[in-house]
Amino acid sequence: MQRSKLAVIGGLFASLLTSQAFAAKLNVVTTTEDLAAIAREIGGDKVDADSIAKGYQDPHFVEPKPSFLLRLQKANLLVAVGLQLEIGWLPPLVTQSRNPKIQPSAGGYLEVSGFCKIAEIPRGQVSRADGDVHPMGNPHFWLDPENGRRIGKGLADKFSQMQPGDAAYFAQRYAEFDKKLTAAIKGWDAKMAPYKGRKVITYHRSWPNFCEHFGIVVAEYVEPKPGIPPSPSHSLDLINLMNRENIKLILVEPYFDLRTPNSIAQKTNGKVVQLMPSVGGVKEIKDYFQLFDYDISRLADAFATMK
Amino acid sequence: MIVLKLLAIVFLTVVTAAAQDSAEILKRMKAMEDRIIALETELRTLKAERAAPVAQAAVSTPQPPPEMPPPPPEPPVQLGGAGAAAAKALNPDVAVIGDFLGAAGKGGPNGPPALEMHESEAAFQAILDPYARADFFISFGQHGVDLEEGFITFTSLPWGLQLRAGKMRAAFGKVNSLHNHVLPWADRPLVIQNLVGGEDGINDAGFSLSRILPSPKGLFLEGTAQIFKGDSEGVFSARNRKDVSTVEHLRAFRDLSESTNLDLGVSYARGHSAIADSSNQLYSIDATLRWKPLRRAVYHSFIARSEFIWDRSRQGQLDASGLIAGSIAPPPPALRFATPISRPFGYYASADYQIAQRWFLGGRFDRSDELLNSALRDTGGSAILTFWPSEFSQIRTQFRRTRYGDKLTANELLFQLQFSIGAHGAHPF
Repeated sequence: MQRSKLAVIGGLFASLLTSQAFAAKLNVVTTTEDLAAIAREIGGDKVDADSIAKGYQDPHFVEPKPSFLLRLQKANLLVAVGLQLEIGWLPPLVTQSRNPKIQPSAGGYLEVSGFCKIAEIPRGQVSRADGDVHPMGNPHFWLDPENGRRIGKGLADKFSQMQPGDAAYFAQRYAEFDKKLTAAIKGWDAKMAPYKGRKVITYHRSWPNFCEHFGIVVAEYVEPKPGIPPSPSHSLDLINLMNRENIKLILVEPYFDLRTPNSIAQKTNGKVVQLMPSVGGVKEIKDYFQLFDYDISRLADAFATMK
Repeated sequence: MIVLKLLAIVFLTVVTAAAQDSAEILKRMKAMEDRIIALETELRTLKAERAAPVAQAAVSTPQPPPEMPPPPPEPPVQLGGAGAAAAKALNPDVAVIGDFLGAAGKGGPNGPPALEMHESEAAFQAILDPYARADFFISFGQHGVDLEEGFITFTSLPWGLQLRAGKMRAAFGKVNSLHNHVLPWADRPLVIQNLVGGEDGINDAGFSLSRILPSPKGLFLEGTAQIFKGDSEGVFSARNRKDVSTVEHLRAFRDLSESTNLDLGVSYARGHSAIADSSNQLYSIDATLRWKPLRRAVYHSFIARSEFIWDRSRQGQLDASGLIAGSIAPPPPALRFATPISRPFGYYASADYQIAQRWFLGGRFDRSDELLNSALRDTGGSAILTFWPSEFSQIRTQFRRTRYGDKLTANELLFQLQFSIGAHGAHPF
């Protein structure tokens, strides 16, 4: 009697434990909204993903506010872009989070740059004479949808490793994401196909992966060097270059001032196009697909009007 | 005619074949690219596992089948950034920050000289092991080398605790815990100079234990308790092992909106007085209001901060000439409680506005009683203009007017040049 009672209680306890384990959602904090968007695609209702930086914010300069610590303290997994994009603000947050799981040495810290194709890896000597350089390569790699796919795969593997019970679920969600992305890329490629080889100017070096994927050539930057604000002499060089090579478009991120790009555009009969480097850059961009829908349609429209 | 037709047919066949071929090649190239990515990821994992520096292994491209024409040369796919740093991976992050100071005009009692390389700070920071990180800040000043801070932080403790051990700037108020190069001024406020040990502040060897406290949603509460040896120049002085000093700090932070937040703190410090044979107690309230619109964070921001500090200690003993002696030698028992209790008080209020991407304009008002004679009150004001050529250097001018309690008035123009090389340090908050 006693034994059977024990067995029943034990059984109940075990089932409670397992059901709780299965019901538990992975609490994922990401540094940028793009990573949160992809994490939601892969994680579905088994993952709660939330980002620290907002999509309309410069991801290099985020204030490490203590309020972020409250979220990090409870996270199972911290997903970062890597390549020193977050170096100015993430390390103190991680140190102060009091969360052993998300320390760089622990299993709950993931930099997705490890999965992706990286552009502009400096060769030879790297120095700050070149501005605020990223010595490990350009960190804006999520703007190539093929890298989005790779991030998706990486996250699916990570989620499965952390929550093996849901591995099949994550694998299936990834397969759907993969399929949807393939179809979407086809559409985006087709939309951009007529403008292959066109040259543009961008404000910051945020677009090498995006432009490489869609066959756009970045001729120069509004910033003379990364992180260094525009100077009159550099702007003059840009105007000459644009006139000489018939470049009409200047792509600007939402967090940069439009005055200099506008005045350059005015002098070259060009056009300033504000493209969004991240999900959440404007309200209508709610997921990774809408990010490219928005940027591609803006860019294609701009190319179409500027023959 | 026939020849022309034949030629056209041959041309068409070639073109279609070429189109088919190139589609096939593209497909294969894509497959290969994915394969290379997989291989490189594997290689990176292996490299990381081995820890030992591995020679730059070239990933060989899989050979295409013999019937295929060789694919056009393509730049190698790079995954995860450069791997060249692997050999130095275990070195700590190193940075050196220079602080050059110049002053002109009529100075006060402790004003800086005309020109000086005020401080060169070397920072060494790294993750120590899976449980901790270590930070060292060595300061090369005008008068020698000093370990400004050197501590280990245990990041993986249970119950949300964080423990630090070593020499550190105490969590008393706001400014005390900040290094010179992150201050928005070229100097420290009068109240800090008079009551909290000036530039070095409460900076001692000890333990610091902190925890995020449970709080209503959206409110961040952090409690810190610290215990130190009890020696901080001008504030605490330990005669024996019992004279340890303690510092307690409670910090509350709340986002008022996406771009505005309020940071409040209360602190208490207690130790053996540096100027009398009794205890010295310090109380402080600090408040910081920050505004930084996220869409324009690169260009504009505003920070207002203020700190109120109360001191409660016995005044120093009077020596033969009737002056207050800096000696800590215990006085004769009869005199021990003869000196009056002194309650000097001081505060500062400052505001800094970022007017453009690289320009900051600020002002500060200072008022503080003097430690040795709290009947004397110093008052001052400063206007500061800072220019950041880049994220790694700044040029600052500060006009400072101070009216010391004994009616001496100083008008000074300070000039500061700060520059940092090495690893990209985190921006403090």
